Amino acid sequence: MKRIYLDYNATTPVDPAVLEAMLPYFSGDFGNASSIHTFGQRARAAVETAREQVASLLNARPQEIIFTSGGTESDNHAIFGVLQSLLHTQPAAHIITTAIEHEAVLNTCQALEKEGVAVTYLPVSRHGLINLQDLRKAIRPETILITIMHANNELGTVQPLEEIGRIATEHDIYFHSDGVQSAGKIPVDVKACQLDLLSLSGHKLYAPKGVGAIYIKGGTRLRQLLYGGHHQRGFRPGTENVAGIVGLGKAAELARSSLADDAARISALRDHLEQGLLARVPDSRANAAAVPRTPNTSNITFPGIEGEALIIALDLKGLACSTGAACSSGAVEPSHVLTAIGLAASEARASIRFSLGRHTTTTEIETALEIVPAAVAQLRQLSPTYKKEVPTHH
Amino acid sequence: MSTQANLDSLPVAGELKPGFVAVAMSGGVDSSTVAALLLQHHRPIVGLTMQLWNQRRLPELQGDGPAQHRCCSLDDVYDAKRVAQHLSFPHYVVNFEEQFEQRVVRPFVEQYLAGRTPIACTNCNTDVKFEPLLRMARQIGAERLATGHYARIRKDDHSGRYQLLRARDDSKDQSYFLWGLTQEQLSRSEFPLGELTKEEVRQLARSVDLPVADKPESMELCFVPNGNYVQFIHAYAREEGKPLNDKEGDIVTEGGTVLGRHTGVHNYTIGQRKGLGFTTGKPIYVLAIDPEKNRVTVGEDDALRAATFEIENVNWVSIDAPNVPLRAQVKIRHKHEPAAATVEALPGLRAFITFDAPQRAITPGQAAVAYDGDIVLAGGWIRNSR
Repeated sequence: MKRIYLDYNATTPVDPAVLEAMLPYFSGDFGNASSIHTFGQRARAAVETAREQVASLLNARPQEIIFTSGGTESDNHAIFGVLQSLLHTQPAAHIITTAIEHEAVLNTCQALEKEGVAVTYLPVSRHGLINLQDLRKAIRPETILITIMHANNELGTVQPLEEIGRIATEHDIYFHSDGVQSAGKIPVDVKACQLDLLSLSGHKLYAPKGVGAIYIKGGTRLRQLLYGGHHQRGFRPGTENVAGIVGLGKAAELARSSLADDAARISALRDHLEQGLLARVPDSRANAAAVPRTPNTSNITFPGIEGEALIIALDLKGLACSTGAACSSGAVEPSHVLTAIGLAASEARASIRFSLGRHTTTTEIETALEIVPAAVAQLRQLSPTYKKEVPTHH
Repeated sequence: MSTQANLDSLPVAGELKPGFVAVAMSGGVDSSTVAALLLQHHRPIVGLTMQLWNQRRLPELQGDGPAQHRCCSLDDVYDAKRVAQHLSFPHYVVNFEEQFEQRVVRPFVEQYLAGRTPIACTNCNTDVKFEPLLRMARQIGAERLATGHYARIRKDDHSGRYQLLRARDDSKDQSYFLWGLTQEQLSRSEFPLGELTKEEVRQLARSVDLPVADKPESMELCFVPNGNYVQFIHAYAREEGKPLNDKEGDIVTEGGTVLGRHTGVHNYTIGQRKGLGFTTGKPIYVLAIDPEKNRVTVGEDDALRAATFEIENVNWVSIDAPNVPLRAQVKIRHKHEPAAATVEALPGLRAFITFDAPQRAITPGQAAVAYDGDIVLAGGWIRNSR
């Protein structure tokens, strides 16, 4: 059976061109980028090229890019870094974030709350967008950081970063965004958005797992998280993951050159899938479909089903997609994002995320359009909650 | 050559035809062996492991370090996954934490606080394993659910009814915990270990190199991390914002004579002999617990014995409810030797049971299960004795 992968927001395969770029740095050019000799110099050159490639994807300068182990480290670095650099000069501190952030931001904020930092979690509309008036009203004299994700992992909704950046600049507040789900899917311009900090993850844009980056605007005071050697100007010590960094650089270059084409092709497939499912599955609803969102993501509620059972039924038929957020054992926990857009717990559990990618084909979408409605019907037949009567049509 | 070789030709993940069997896998040796057995019989299977309880809850009950070797610990989930990988069949972890808490843990605590001695496993079977889990199994396309229970199911050709029977291995028999199953549930369930002894199961597990073949058995309530359920109930009640009244009170005889003081009614169970804090020359037992009056009643062995009692929520498993009293062997707790009795069905899902000879500690909250030889006739919750 040829399996169909519609879970690109969870992770992406390493692009063949990325893999090819990385391979020399495992055993041939294996040097430590900090070494003086030729081995080291070759590794250093590769790392610096990657830095330029990532910077250029974000409209940043290379010296503003620091490589990390991934999105979670970048988010922690940004939030803890800002807070800790300012806490000793400011008696009270306040952060503004949203109710739909990734756990890497939410749990970092919650950890700071335990340390006495005040945190505002902005609500979102039923389409998953924050209200800029809410943001303005939440600002206090002691607000030192606004951290708002660019694109949401479950819905794909894209927050108005340019407007948020304007507000942050007006009030002289640090502005961080988790760009893990947007980079490579839609343009990310740190200058236009007046961002001070942005987090990136390699494996969401066809680079390997275990590498990421953080954009730190020149002049930003940030306390470092890790202490060690002089790598990356001492700011993020630890011997550079040269192959991974090279992969991230190459992936960033590919994303920049193919972004527009990919976005057009993928969003057409996504729309075809979404429209097809809504037409074929009675009572289904697309979530956050009426607002700007990433071109690859579709979140659909199929009332009367348990998303967990549908995911398994679909996987057994060779289709991979997801619901909620995965926890350590693999069991599914209810989604805080879907609850935040006003879905009842039962509706949240009945919602499925399809996320397409660079390798998704029309044939795969056609197959999905066969498999999913049949699986939903099978589940509903045995559902204790789905109404059995035929819905009335006009 | 490894013994795994004879399994290599079996159907693998991804090519399941309709009609496969879902296996409820705890990560222990029994349910893992069920998977191996079904594969040996060329039955396509999918493994399902229920996440039932978050072991990070009630942190005060945790020792140092990660929770290990307990139901629902990540270790058990990974053990189930290792077995699935070893035998190469699809396996999924499914979250039933909410249902488990609502239908098993909370009723268990409430019953206990009302002075009864509840069993959690029956509710877990009837209301979780053979209800939402069986439904999920069917929803993902399985015809049936197989579990590692030691019991047997047989279809009676005369009546057309599915019958529940004791396991062949009497020392492992779990039919006492399965009396709540309906005809529909029985028709969709399989207990492949019902004909085997524990030793045969372990041998089978070893013969196919199951990674859990020599894993020790879990004996305690799966959601009580350290086996101390009194401590668990205290911690749970505290988490619910209703800390237990641990007021001392009187320990009295049936005549009302005060013999001593108790340390809080929740620390006692019916039939308990040790730890009463005083001695009277003769062995003395807890007869009743009254949380309302904050009183523990004790008495001698004779007083603990009774012949008649009523059961409620009765399920007639293998036969229709009879119009006339019938003779049976009745078991009043898991380790009780079934005793001869007459069972009379009453209206409202009740039944009246009269033992031929009085039995020790007929305990409210436990179940009484009536057998005809190996066949489970009926079961119900014990209401009151005498």
